[in-house]
Amino acid sequence: MEQAPPDPERQLQPAPLEPLGSPDAGLGAAVGKEAEGAGEESSGVDTMTHNNFWLKKIEISVSEAEKRTGRNAMNMQETYTAYLIETRSVEHTDGQSVLTDSLWRRYSEFELLRSYLLVYYPHIVVPPLPEKRAEFVWHKLSADNMDPDFVERRRIGLENFLLRIASHPILCRDKIFYLFLTQEGNWKETVNETGFQLKADSRLKALNATFRVKNPDKRFTDLKHYSDELQSVISHLLRVRARVADRLYGVYKVHGNYGRVFSEWSAIEKEMGDGLQSAGHHMDVFRGYMCRYASSIDDILEDEEHYADQLKEYLFYAEALRAVCRKHELMQYDLEMAAQDLASKKQQCEELVTGTVRTFSLKGMTTKLFGQETPEQREARIKVLEEQINEGEQQLKSKNLEGREFVKNAWADIERFKEQKNRDLKEALISYAVMQISMCKKGIQVWTNAKECFSKM
Amino acid sequence: MAGGPPKALPSTGPHSLRDMPHPLAGSSSEEAVGGDSTPSPDLLMARSFGDKSTRVEFDLPEYSVRRRYQDFDWLRSKLEESQPTHLIPPLPEKFVVKGVVDRFSEEFVETRRKALDKFLKRITDHPVLSFNEHFNIFLTAKDLNAYKKQGIALLTRMGESVKHVTGGYKLRTRPLEFAAIGDYLDTFALKLGTIDRIAQRIIKEEIEYLVELREYGPVYSTWSALEGELAEPLEGVSACIGNCSTALEELTDDMTEDFLPVLREYILYSDSMKSVLKKRDQVQAEYEAKLEAVALRKEDRPKVPADVEKCQDRMECFNADLKADMERWQNNKRQDFRQLLMGMADKNIQYYEKCLMAWESIIPLLQEKQEAK
Repeated sequence: MEQAPPDPERQLQPAPLEPLGSPDAGLGAAVGKEAEGAGEESSGVDTMTHNNFWLKKIEISVSEAEKRTGRNAMNMQETYTAYLIETRSVEHTDGQSVLTDSLWRRYSEFELLRSYLLVYYPHIVVPPLPEKRAEFVWHKLSADNMDPDFVERRRIGLENFLLRIASHPILCRDKIFYLFLTQEGNWKETVNETGFQLKADSRLKALNATFRVKNPDKRFTDLKHYSDELQSVISHLLRVRARVADRLYGVYKVHGNYGRVFSEWSAIEKEMGDGLQSAGHHMDVFRGYMCRYASSIDDILEDEEHYADQLKEYLFYAEALRAVCRKHELMQYDLEMAAQDLASKKQQCEELVTGTVRTFSLKGMTTKLFGQETPEQREARIKVLEEQINEGEQQLKSKNLEGREFVKNAWADIERFKEQKNRDLKEALISYAVMQISMCKKGIQVWTNAKECFSKM
Repeated sequence: MAGGPPKALPSTGPHSLRDMPHPLAGSSSEEAVGGDSTPSPDLLMARSFGDKSTRVEFDLPEYSVRRRYQDFDWLRSKLEESQPTHLIPPLPEKFVVKGVVDRFSEEFVETRRKALDKFLKRITDHPVLSFNEHFNIFLTAKDLNAYKKQGIALLTRMGESVKHVTGGYKLRTRPLEFAAIGDYLDTFALKLGTIDRIAQRIIKEEIEYLVELREYGPVYSTWSALEGELAEPLEGVSACIGNCSTALEELTDDMTEDFLPVLREYILYSDSMKSVLKKRDQVQAEYEAKLEAVALRKEDRPKVPADVEKCQDRMECFNADLKADMERWQNNKRQDFRQLLMGMADKNIQYYEKCLMAWESIIPLLQEKQEAK
């Protein structure tokens, strides 16, 4: 299986340098259409500066989405969305950015990139993609992939994905990633040529390992439990939040119904005579307030979708965490199997040498049935076994080393991930609270206006 | 039993009340009495009143009596009978139709008490009704049932005469202003009905929203249990949502108890006013019919017969009383709705303020740095 340390072949030269980007490198980059000349707050891609190909800071943005039709592999017409990825390099001195690369990619190419990264960086918590299909929708949101709001949110999610990779000290230096951003044609072929699909661990093997491994590192076992629970709790949260949004929408919209009846009431009050004219007028004003109140919910809930997307990213991150744990289990299981195999071979050898048969072997059986083997035959077998034992010991040594390296590197990345998660989620909660505060203030404003208008009745 | 022989009551005009320094202040306070084991259709609850009066018709300055809904109902019928040319305020609904409302629940009793209180206040404020003998007795008699049984008819002169107005006369032309009032009341009741339905719908939606919030908050707690550094922030958010849920519950309760009943009361009010208007129409119709009959007789009488004159008198009094009452009603209505709608706005403001406070208070908690721990 793949080794843990960054593979020099995958990385852009010069490789031997340790990635110098700090874990705090935020996702600084302009977002979307505001990319033009936007000053960045954080460095985001500091690590680039130590690489021949990344002499300057760069900005990545997924700035546009476009509907396209084309022919698929089976020569059938299909509609899909393509996303424009723009890369800009930023001059240190004046902060001006210059467009260096610009190409179109579709979602499936992003998926391919991620699959590749998963195979070659199994010790890294690989950033997740935004969801393929809209889930956890509340009724007003469309579950249609072609819906413009969904496409827009996906555009932001894809940009986020690229920025996450770009700010990762190890992943950012991957050649295929670089080509993804710069080489429009032939990129798919290049990725496939790496033969990464062949190197991927089979699912069955991974599943097997999970159940049979005897001594996994406890930290990974705990981490796996954590990621399972995290996934479950965030799913639950997103489901309930969608229902909450639905209900809140209903409450606001029904208030709009006051509009018509108050206006009709105001009409009859006005007819009744001068004394009641003002009452009628104020009812009209109230009607205006209620109409605006009812429509304000649309913006409020749109903002909340952003919060939901932040949660979703970590929901999907849970899967990435689990993948690293599974890899460890697999390597550990592999190691255990190799050790077991070696032990059994050693025992067989010992038995042959000493002539005792303690363990069952097919050879032993056939010997009993068909007669004793010759001393020459026995010698030959012992020799083979000794060679195998030697080889086995070498392999075991290197597997042990690999395993330890993996654990060390994986755990380092997991620590980095934990810091990132805590930071990001705190920020998400703060912005959610800020949204709620804004909503409350708007509500107070509307009803205070209404109260004043009633007071004049 | 208070009061001597029935006194002659002023038939019309608002002047009498203004002369009084302290109008009759009847206020009902709540006292729920444990009912018998077999509740009757009426509410088994008694009300006690503290009445202070400075009016001359009352023997004592203060009275405190217990009354039940039945008694209010009796009072209202008596008022309608004896003062048919006036608008009598409505009572809260007799039978609880909708849902499975608990007739003995605190909220229901309180809502009813407030409505009954309003009923008495409106009568107190009325320059004619407040002098009604039945009202007097209602407020003062120790044993109302005994009095009821006596069946003393204390009809006013007006009441007596209107009582005998027969229907069956067709009205020629309704005076414009009464037609306008009729139309207005029709539409008014309709609009109030719509507002009632919308308000109910809003409350329903709010309750459904509340149900979801009550599930939403605790999920943050569950998550908090998995985390280290994020545990406090998540727990904070959970508590915050809990506070908002409570605030929302208070809002829906308030709206149900304070807002809806008043709307319904005004719908009932409009209905009872419509029937008074009908009676007025009948009085006018009878007069017109009698007048026409006289004209057709072609007698050479120089003056109009006494009974026709009486009819005219009756009609004109009715019109005057009704006009005065309508004006009073419009003013009161404006006050009442101003208060009602301001109250509704206020409750919503309070709800949002409670939520605002909850969310603002956790911002510092969320921004807290790790080193503080």
